[in-house]
Amino acid sequence: MEKTKFDYEKYLRKNTLPHIWCPGCGDGIILKSLIRAIHKNGYAKDDVVIASGIGCASRLPGYVDFNTIHTTHGRALTFSIGIKMFKPRLKVITISGDGDALAIGGNHFIHAARRNIDITLIVFNNYTYGMTGGQASPTQPKGSFSTTTPFGSIDQPFDVCALAQAAGATWVGRSTSYHAVQLEKFISEAMNHKGFSVLDIITNCHISYGRRNKMKSPAEMIKYQKERAVNVRAAENLAPEAMEGKFKTGVLYNKKDAPEFSEEYYRVLESVKAK
Amino acid sequence: MAQNIRLMQGNEAIAEGALLAGCNFMAGYPITPSSEVIEILSSRLVRIGGVCIQMEDEIAALGAVLGASLAGAKALTASSGPGISLKQEHIGYASMCEIPCVIINVMRGGPSTGLPTLPAQSDIMQARWGTHGDHAIIAITPSSVNESFYETIRAFNLALKYRTPVMILTDEIIGHMREKVVIPEKKDVEIIDTALPDIPPEEYKPYNFKSGKVTPLAPMGEGYRYHVTGLIHSETGFPSQKIDIIQDAQKWLYDKIYKNIKDIEKFEEFLTGDAEILVVAYGSTSRSARQAISMAREDGIKAGMFRPITIWPFPDEQVSRLAKRAKKILVPEMNMGQVILEVERNACGSYVRGLNVVNGEPITPDMIYASIKEISSL
Repeated sequence: MEKTKFDYEKYLRKNTLPHIWCPGCGDGIILKSLIRAIHKNGYAKDDVVIASGIGCASRLPGYVDFNTIHTTHGRALTFSIGIKMFKPRLKVITISGDGDALAIGGNHFIHAARRNIDITLIVFNNYTYGMTGGQASPTQPKGSFSTTTPFGSIDQPFDVCALAQAAGATWVGRSTSYHAVQLEKFISEAMNHKGFSVLDIITNCHISYGRRNKMKSPAEMIKYQKERAVNVRAAENLAPEAMEGKFKTGVLYNKKDAPEFSEEYYRVLESVKAK
Repeated sequence: MAQNIRLMQGNEAIAEGALLAGCNFMAGYPITPSSEVIEILSSRLVRIGGVCIQMEDEIAALGAVLGASLAGAKALTASSGPGISLKQEHIGYASMCEIPCVIINVMRGGPSTGLPTLPAQSDIMQARWGTHGDHAIIAITPSSVNESFYETIRAFNLALKYRTPVMILTDEIIGHMREKVVIPEKKDVEIIDTALPDIPPEEYKPYNFKSGKVTPLAPMGEGYRYHVTGLIHSETGFPSQKIDIIQDAQKWLYDKIYKNIKDIEKFEEFLTGDAEILVVAYGSTSRSARQAISMAREDGIKAGMFRPITIWPFPDEQVSRLAKRAKKILVPEMNMGQVILEVERNACGSYVRGLNVVNGEPITPDMIYASIKEISSL
C-alpha cells in the first residue's frame, strides 16, 4: 500500500516544539487529526482562531500556526464568543480539557450551547487533571482513583455529549484518540456544522490517570478506549446492561438549520437599521 | 456656534462617551448600580452596527470583551462591587497579554453584596491590586457627569495607546445623578483608533519590552498570526521560562505605565497656590471638598484642593510638591482610608488626617469644613 504523506509542518510552529505532552499521551493524535481536518476543510490560516483554556490540552494552540489564544482556566469559550460576535467571518475552534470545559468552565459550556453560536468545542476528555498531577475530574468514572479520591470517586460523572445536547448544542459527537481516522472526519464535520458543535474525545493520560487505575502504559489505555467504545448504531441493538462501563461513539446529535447566534444577532441589527 | 448640551445621567454619559470614542463592542452582566450602561448600549450599539451581549456571568463578560478586543474591537464592560471582584481574573489576563479594554466600576459599598444601591469609594486599592501578580493599571475617577463622558473617551485612548485595561471608577452618586453634558463634535475630540501595524506580518512581534514603545495590537484575522498566552511570554508571544526574559516581561508591565506617567496623569488644583491646608479628594467627594474649601476661605483659612482625575498611577510627584508647602493634609474618602496611604507616602513630613465615612451616605461639605477647621487650629 502506498504511504500517503501529509505535510504537518505547514501548520506547525516548529520553533515552539517539542510540545509539553508526555510520551504516549493521546493529545498528539488529536493535534494531528485537527490539522488534517482543517486542511481538508480548506480554511485559510488567517481565518482560523483557536482558543483554549488551561491544562495539558490547552497548550495545543501554541504549536499551530493560526490566530491562537491560550486563555484562562475554563473560559476560552467566552473569548471565542467575543471573537465570533465581532468577526463572524472567522472560524473559531475552542480546545478544552474535561476539567477546563466542565468543572471551572461548566457555566460557559452550557451557555455557549444554549446560544448555539457557531463555534466548535473539542473536549480532550482524559478523566483527570493531568497537568496538576491527577486530581478528580468531573468526567472521571465512578469508583476510579485520583489523588483527591484516593478511596475511589463517589461522584457521578458528566456525560459531555448528553449535557451539550440538553443545553442546546446542535452537533454532538464522540470519538477517542484510538480512532484517529474517525477523529479527523468528526472534527471536519463539526467545523462544517453551522452552530455550536461539541466533540467529546476520550483520550489517554496514562501518567496521571492510568497509573492509578491499573493502566500504566499508553497501550493499555488505548486498548481501554478500543474496548469501551461502542458505535452509536451498534449501541442501539444493545441492552442497557451491555453498555455498562462503555460509551457511545459517533455523531450522536446533528440538528441542521437551527438559528445560529451570531447570524441571529446580525439579522436583528439589519432589521433595526432598516427601520 | 450652538452647543449640543444634554441633561443626562452619569451612567448614560459613560455609554455616550464610549460611543463617541468608537466603542463597538460591549459585554456585560446586570448589576446595580451600573446596569444602565449595558441597557443603554443594548439599544445604541445595535443601531450603529456594533455588538452588545449580556453574558452568563461577570467573568464571561470580560472574557468576551478581551476576545473581541483581540479581533480589533474597541470594547467595554461595566460592573460594580461583587462583579468587579469576579472580573479580577480577566483583568490580570488583560494586563499580562496587553489587551486594551475599558472597565467601568460604578462603586458601591462592600465587601460582598454590601450596599448595592449606596455609594462608596472603597475599590480604589482593588483597582490597583485586585488581581494577583505584579502589574500596573490605569484608573480614572471622574467627579461629574460631564467628566464621566470625557474621561470615558480618554480611557479608550489610553487603553489602546498603552495596551492595558483602563478602569473608570465612578460611584453610585455620579452614576445616577443627572447633570449637563456638553457633547462635542467627533472631529473636535482626540480619538485613537485600532489600526494594523505599519510593518508586514512576517516582521511583526506582538510585544516589545525594551524600546519603551508599545507595539500596536494587530487585530486577529487580518494576516498577523500570533500567539497570546497568560503565561509569561517573550516578545514573540510564546511562553518563556528564561530568567532574563521573565524579568524584562514583568518590568515592562510596570514601565510602560510608570515611565509614561506624565502622559497618563491628569489632575485639577483648586486654590492650591497659597494653600496651607491641602485637601486631597477625588470623585464625588471632591464636590463636597470644593464647597468646604470655599467655606473655609471665607473664614480666612488658606485651604486648597488637589483632585486626582487619574488615580492610578498615583500622582506622587504632584502630591509631594503640594505637601511640602501645605504642612497639613486632609483626605476625605468614602472608605476606611485608601488614598490616604498614597498621600502619606508623599506627605514629606506634613500632617495627614483622614475623614472616613462608610455609612453609605455622601461626605457633606459641612463635614469636610469641620475637619478643615479642626486641623487649622492644631
